[in-house]
Amino acid sequence: MTGEVAVLGAGMHPWGKWGRGFVEYGVAAARAALADAGLEWRDVGSIVGADTVRGGYPGYVAGATFARALGWQGARVASVYAACASGAQAVAAARAQILAGLADVVLVVGADAAPKGFFRPAGGDRPDDPDWLRFRVLGATNPTYFGLYARRRMAVHGDTVEDFAQVKVKNSALGALNPYARYRKRVSADEVAASAVVADPLRLLDICATSDGGAALVLSSLEFARRRGVTEPVRIRAVSTVTPTYPNTVLDLPDIATDSAAAAEPATETFRASIARAAYEEAGVGPEDLSLAEVYDLSTALELQWYEDLGLCGEGEGAKLLREGATAPGGRIPVNMSGGLASFGEAVPAQAIAQVCELTWQLRGEAGDRQVEHARVGITANQGLFGHGSAVIAVR
Amino acid sequence: MVAGWFAGDGDDFTLLGTRCSACASVFFPREDGWCRNPGCAGGDLAEIPLSRRGRVWSYTDSRYRPPSPYVTDPELPWEPYTLIAVELAAERIVVLGQAVPGVTVADLAVGAEVEVVAGVLHEDGETVWTTWQWRPTGVTA
Ligand SMILES: [Zn+2]
Repeated sequence: MTGEVAVLGAGMHPWGKWGRGFVEYGVAAARAALADAGLEWRDVGSIVGADTVRGGYPGYVAGATFARALGWQGARVASVYAACASGAQAVAAARAQILAGLADVVLVVGADAAPKGFFRPAGGDRPDDPDWLRFRVLGATNPTYFGLYARRRMAVHGDTVEDFAQVKVKNSALGALNPYARYRKRVSADEVAASAVVADPLRLLDICATSDGGAALVLSSLEFARRRGVTEPVRIRAVSTVTPTYPNTVLDLPDIATDSAAAAEPATETFRASIARAAYEEAGVGPEDLSLAEVYDLSTALELQWYEDLGLCGEGEGAKLLREGATAPGGRIPVNMSGGLASFGEAVPAQAIAQVCELTWQLRGEAGDRQVEHARVGITANQGLFGHGSAVIAVR
Repeated sequence: MVAGWFAGDGDDFTLLGTRCSACASVFFPREDGWCRNPGCAGGDLAEIPLSRRGRVWSYTDSRYRPPSPYVTDPELPWEPYTLIAVELAAERIVVLGQAVPGVTVADLAVGAEVEVVAGVLHEDGETVWTTWQWRPTGVTA
């Protein structure tokens, strides 16, 4: 199939609160990915950095920052920002360069050193920024939006807080098997229930933490991979970067209100569902073809929402799918075999790249105790603030 | 801070949005620059009051002190507030807001009716920062 690129290498820096700079995490991940690919940094024709947002310039010019740290060697460079979708857009930019013949080998890097506590907007009085406004006017943190979604699911679909806790139980058991995860301890439903409420009905252990971390990929043309003797590489077959369709009628971070449907009927599918559909259409596969999925579990309840948005089950059936064990190891469609954000925490520019690292290891059969047997097709799903879609489909 | 987002006092308090004269799309927070409906050739945007009553789409609360730029007094113990997302039927829009002080998640249900009232976001020595808040009407049909 045309349009595919090879994943020659994947690498990560372990996630956690390490207290060091994002460049260190990114360089470590990049070196690991290069070593995995069996390539030298000098073999790389282009580097794409997923931007972190920190005061001062270096975070905003991640591509060149990583290139300088690895040693200037004249590679083409790009830096991309799309909030939580930054990593997927970095992969998209790299893929486009390879398919356009601009580069044979591209290094994609994302890394972050997250501040403690709630994510917050950049400083200063900025009433033209919706992200600033939701904090200033409403005090609406990210977890309050997750709480709204969770409560809505309970009211509409009958989900329970016990269902949500089981997502944490599942993901923490998988994180315990992943050497790159921040949290390596299994969590019980009782421990979730005993943790403090953050945003009703969600508790501390329902919500992902902020973390430091880094992830990197070495992508190449299929021809380059063949020349290197990699005859059956993991291939990226789709990268979905779509925007919502007007009117977007599900309240989205960081908005204070939805679009109005007074003048135009909303699409039959939600924004999140459209992200997955675009990926499926581009890849020529459907949910029934998947071996596994890595989804953006900012909260336990949100993971259930993704089951439906990815078409793993019907609307409102996410909790049922979980209860049946379909999304657990050995189930019909295991989800978040990496342990998910529940085990990693958020390192914004790295997480969409880290999801593709997990798919790569799974599709190669190198995921150790987390391995999904006979994995052939995997999807990642993610969503970037301000209307950035993010899904990647990889195959072997 | 959010000039033109609401107006009036008491029973006359309303949120203010804008409406496109060409396609009738409604915008809140107000959109004064251009109509965002991709199927609309564009029209003048006129200010309109939004419905005062709506139904709870969902709700939650904030048990931990939010970071700046939310203004709180770090000297005082944190008092959680409730957030309500409210569906306005005529406008077919969902608007997030704080609940009036004293309303907790235990007082709410998805589908319950609430109305918009003026409230105080915070006050310092010089200024009282007004905002909108949602208050249950007691009707839960
Ligand atoms: Zn219009």
